[in-house]
Formats: sequence, C-alpha cells, structure tokens
Amino acid sequence: MTGAEILIESLRREGVEVIFGYPGGQVLPLFDTLYDADIRFILTRHEQAAAHAADAYSRATGKMGVCLATSGPGATNLTTGIATAYMDSIPMIAITGQVKTHLIGNDAFQEADVTGITRPITKHNYLVKDAKDLARIVREAFHVASTGRPGPVLIDIPVDVQQKDVEFVWPEEVAIRGYKPNYYGHPGQIKKAAKLIASCKKPVLYVGGGVVTSGAAGTLRELAEKMNAPVTWTLMGIGCFPSTHKLSLGMLGMHGTAYANHAIMESDLIIAVGARFDDRVTGRIDAFAPYAKVIHIDIDPSSISKNIKVHIPIVGDAKNVLGQLLEELTKVPETSDWLKTLEGWKKKSPLTYKAEGKLKPQYVIEQINEATGSEAIITTEVGQNQMWAAQWYTYSHPRTFLSSGGLGTMGFGFPAAMGAKVGCPERIVFDIAGDGSIQMNIQELATCVCNKIHVKVAILNNGYLGMVRQWQELFYKKRYSHTCISGPDFVKLAESYGAVGIRVTKKEEVRPAIEKAIATENTVFIDFHIEPEENVFPMVPAGEAINHMIEGLA
Amino acid sequence: MKHTISVVVENKFGVLARIAGLFSARGYNISSLAVSETLDPATSCMTIVVEAEDERILEQIKKQLNKLVDVITVTDFTKKEHADRELMLVRINYTPKDKHALTGLLEKYSAKIVQHTSDSAIIEAAGGQQQIKQLLQGLEAFGIKELVRTGRIAMAY
Repeated sequence: MTGAEILIESLRREGVEVIFGYPGGQVLPLFDTLYDADIRFILTRHEQAAAHAADAYSRATGKMGVCLATSGPGATNLTTGIATAYMDSIPMIAITGQVKTHLIGNDAFQEADVTGITRPITKHNYLVKDAKDLARIVREAFHVASTGRPGPVLIDIPVDVQQKDVEFVWPEEVAIRGYKPNYYGHPGQIKKAAKLIASCKKPVLYVGGGVVTSGAAGTLRELAEKMNAPVTWTLMGIGCFPSTHKLSLGMLGMHGTAYANHAIMESDLIIAVGARFDDRVTGRIDAFAPYAKVIHIDIDPSSISKNIKVHIPIVGDAKNVLGQLLEELTKVPETSDWLKTLEGWKKKSPLTYKAEGKLKPQYVIEQINEATGSEAIITTEVGQNQMWAAQWYTYSHPRTFLSSGGLGTMGFGFPAAMGAKVGCPERIVFDIAGDGSIQMNIQELATCVCNKIHVKVAILNNGYLGMVRQWQELFYKKRYSHTCISGPDFVKLAESYGAVGIRVTKKEEVRPAIEKAIATENTVFIDFHIEPEENVFPMVPAGEAINHMIEGLA
Repeated sequence: MKHTISVVVENKFGVLARIAGLFSARGYNISSLAVSETLDPATSCMTIVVEAEDERILEQIKKQLNKLVDVITVTDFTKKEHADRELMLVRINYTPKDKHALTGLLEKYSAKIVQHTSDSAIIEAAGGQQQIKQLLQGLEAFGIKELVRTGRIAMAY
C-alpha cells in the first residue's frame, strides 16, 4: 500500500466518517486516494474553517473531528483552529502535507516547520519520516487525542511518504511508555472529600468542560441532588447541568449571574469538577472564595493548584470520580438554609435587561430559544454575542453550546455550526454571531450551500465590535477607537451565495423570521439590526473580585 | 531557589525543542541543561537546573513536564540525597612562573591542566557546586580569560 492508502485505511479503522479540508500541492497523493474512499470529504473555503468545523464536529458528537490541509500556508491557516481546540481540550486530528523529506529544511516552495509551529498548541504532534511508521502514528495520534485530557494532535506527512509503497501493518495495541492518564480517584482522597462534604454548610459545585468530555452530566446531577448542593458552571460547562433545575445557579465569572458569584464568595466548600479556575472565572484571584475549602477533581494534574490553592486534589476522570464520591458519601450536608439564601438572591437579582428602546439582542435569543424549544445546538462567535448566547438560551444537555472558551476565537461560530450540523444532521444548528465575527469566516456560505449543510445564522448586527466597544465605553471614556465596523448587505451577500437572507429591524419581525429560517431548507442568515450600544451585564471589571459586579446583586 | 530535575525522555528528534518550548512558553528559567543518551539508546536524560521562586512553581514545572507524551520520568532532586557534578574548562593567564601556585590549587580540587601555551593554560575540573565555585575564585588570581561549563548532572544515592 502507498502511504496515502495506509493513512486513509487507518482513518477508516479509527471510525472516521468525515474529513474537513482543502487540497494543495503536497497532499495530492492523499487526495487521489480520497477520490475513491468511502469517507465523506467536505471542501471548506478556508483551512481555518476546516479546523473549526472538525473541532465542532468533535464537540457536538463526541466522535473524532479530522481536518486536512496542504503544507506551508495550508497548515499555518489551520493553526488558529488547532489552538482553539487545544485551549478547550477538544480531541481533533489535523493532518498536513509536507515537502519531500529530502527538501525539509531547504526553504522549499510552501515549506513551513509545521511540527515546530504547532508544538505549543497541540497535545502532541508527529512528523512522519517513514511510511512504515504511519499506521502506528495514526493509531497513537487517535489514542493521545481522545484520552486523558483530550486535545488536538497533528500529523505532518511529507509527500514522498504519501507515495512510498510499504506493507500495511495495523498495530493491535498502543504502547506509549510516557503516557498513562489516571482515570480513578485515589480512594484515600475520595474518603477525605466525602468527610469534608458531610460537614460543610454552604457547598457549591463548580463544573466545567471536563464534565462534558467525560460524559459525567448524569452523575453530576445525582451528586448535586444527593448533596442538595447548588451547581454553577463555566462557559465550557454549559449544558452539563439543566439550567432549569432548582439547584442551578447558571454561569459564574465575568458575565456570570450575580447569585452564582455571590454563592462562590460566601461558600465554605467548592467542589470543582473538570474546571480550571480560569481568570475569567476567578476575577481577582487573591479575593476569590475567601471562606471556602476546595476539592478539585481533574484528569490533568497540572490543572490542580495551578491558579488557586486546593485542599483536596483528586486526579481522575470526572465521571469515575463523581461515581466514587457518590458511593462514599453516606452522610450528606444540611443545606436548606444555604439554599434559602440563594433563592433570595436569585429573586432579588435575576439576569435582566431593559426591554424598551430598539431591538434587543437578549430578546432575539429568547425568541430563538422558544422557537427551537431549547433543543437546538447553539454555536457562537466571540464577544457580546457569545455572552448573550450563554446567558439567554436555556441549555439542558451537554454538547449543545459550542463556543471558543479558552482562546476566544472570532470566526469560530459559523464553521463550527457547519461541523456540528454535519455531525448531527437531524438537529437545528444556530450560530449566534456578531456582525464583526461573522465576517471572519463568511466565505463558508459557499461550503454550506454547496454541501447542503443547512445552518442558521443569527447576526446580532450592532455596527460595532461590541465587546471591545463596551470596554471602551466603561473603561476608556467612550473613546471608540476602531471598533465601529461596517459590513456588507448580509441579505444580498447570503443570496449571492445561493443561501437565504432575512433582515429584521423590529421586534415583531423577530419570531416570524426565526420560524421562517427554521422552516427553510437552506442556510439562512438573519440580519438582526439591534440596539448599537447595548451592553452585557452583569459584569466584573478586570482585576476585581467577582462579587464586585456592574449591575450585580441589587 | 535553584532546583535540579532530571527528565528521562524518548530519544527522538524534536524532544529537546518540546522541553525548551515548555519552559519558554510558561516563563520558567533554565539555569543549565545537560542532555545525553542513557544506557538505553532509545532514551535520553536531560538534567535541568531551574529557578523556581516557590514550591508551587516547581510543582507546576514537574507536572507540565510529566504531561509531555515523550517524557518518561521526572525526578526532582530537591529533597533527595544525591550526587551532582559539573565539568568546566577554564582558560587562564599562565606563565611558567605561576606553576607552583597553580599546581597547589589544582591538586586541592582534583583539577588539571589540559593544554598550555607561553601565556595561557586550559584547566579542566569536575566537581560539585561548592568545589567549582571555590576553584573559580582561586583561579581569579591568575586572571580568567574564558570559561565553559557543561551544566549540572545528578544521580540519586
């Protein structure tokens, strides 16, 4: 078999059904093999979009997303997408072509040191120098990407390796001596944690993307209900606990709910599960959760005690460890007073917005929520659109809110919607976008129309790079330096690609437009002209303690 | 405070870059680094001396190293009884009239002259941190013209 055939056969054996990518000179043998392969190939209009689509395919389905690009510029275009997946611990395989082995290092045409460039943004990467290693490397790459704390793995394959004829040997097992993730919590630590839980009075479960990854949502709910403890989540944790549940506190942090942030600040025990105490969550770190002991459950030991001091570290898979805790927990804490206090805060300071004035983005998202029965997959761009989408849609299931949390990549949402729709064709997929972000990968209209990937895009069009403008308004004396941004006529643009465009300027047009978009068998852009200077509240200014919120607890 | 860590890694191209990249990306300072093959030619040993302000940073460094797929073991010598040594070559000003004074000093530190010309000599010395430091102080009297050090290597008792 040729190297190219070995690669495709290996991908097939790993269960790959779809690849997002773009051809080029140094992947010609691969594309020649793909021509006859029973793997769906989706030709994007930019490699960055291929990476985001593969990433979101992973996020939405739990299966491995794969993207493919040529050497040099093809590979460097993937990097933003790879870094996005890396920061959010998303399993993904990126395959790149490379110049012939004897030309590597010679500054050949379309050559870049791709393993060098991607070293800090991949979980691991490989330069394949011999076709005989290829099957083993693919097997290892899938294993490394999907186990432990997941992440993207890149395989760089020189064109002569793709052409080389060698025997195909599929390794039965993966053996990497330096890689042995720990899946079960240490029994001693579990005992200690159970003891601490039994005696606490104001517990808070603080949960993140790790719960989604490990499929621990059900176990989390069991534990929360057994403990009668409130649950707050990070942006990445959205969907891992039903937001309509009585123990739900919503999202915490910079744009979290006031009551979630106050709960953290008053809590005497924080149980962190698959979350990493990111600066957007903790605010001023030395003021964070002053009265709380911390139990931290994470599969990545380096996440524990990185940002804050942890009293009981438990290294392991979230689902397993929560299961162990459930078993160990014979005595549960008395939390009724605590829940009463929280109920009071919820009533006093709910998430809110002023409905009067021009069309409000929060209203648009509420309407999308109602029209889709809270059952759509929502992707977002980055900025205000992302925060409103996090605050105003009702999420009840994991893998339904797909957003670039760690890297904060503008241009993520549209190709992500595409990847999610390919993975879950029966679902309604909405990208909640801004007029700035959508322009960063707008060329994917062609991919969607051409491949009949019918996603819906709600552009919250305020004529600004809204989040940066908000910061300029609040902290830079309204000096709107280069945040006023123009765009095309989105309706005409969509139409020119063969998609459908709808413009909405009034409140009464919102719901019919959403209904029409859902009913339309095509990709639809809805251009919502919203209040230009609407802000995302509540908000913790950078460097403040998280209970010092603008428009926070009344 | 300086800490000595030894890291056994897969002996493959690019591994040194991974380790060095980890240190630079996270802002940790490497004071010295010594790399060579071990008994098993499939692995290399890197002895790294790092500057870490506190225990927490040292812990992070070790955890981050362990996270790399190509890293097999990480040993921190901070709280372990161990031997550590360093090799250095020093070029000093030297004329035959210095011979007596120099020989005494070199004997004390088990150092020796590798080569000399009419006005300079290259001294070779291996030893622990204190030894090397004291020898260097002694050699200053002659005038040090050039200095090359391998960085520390270590082995647990």
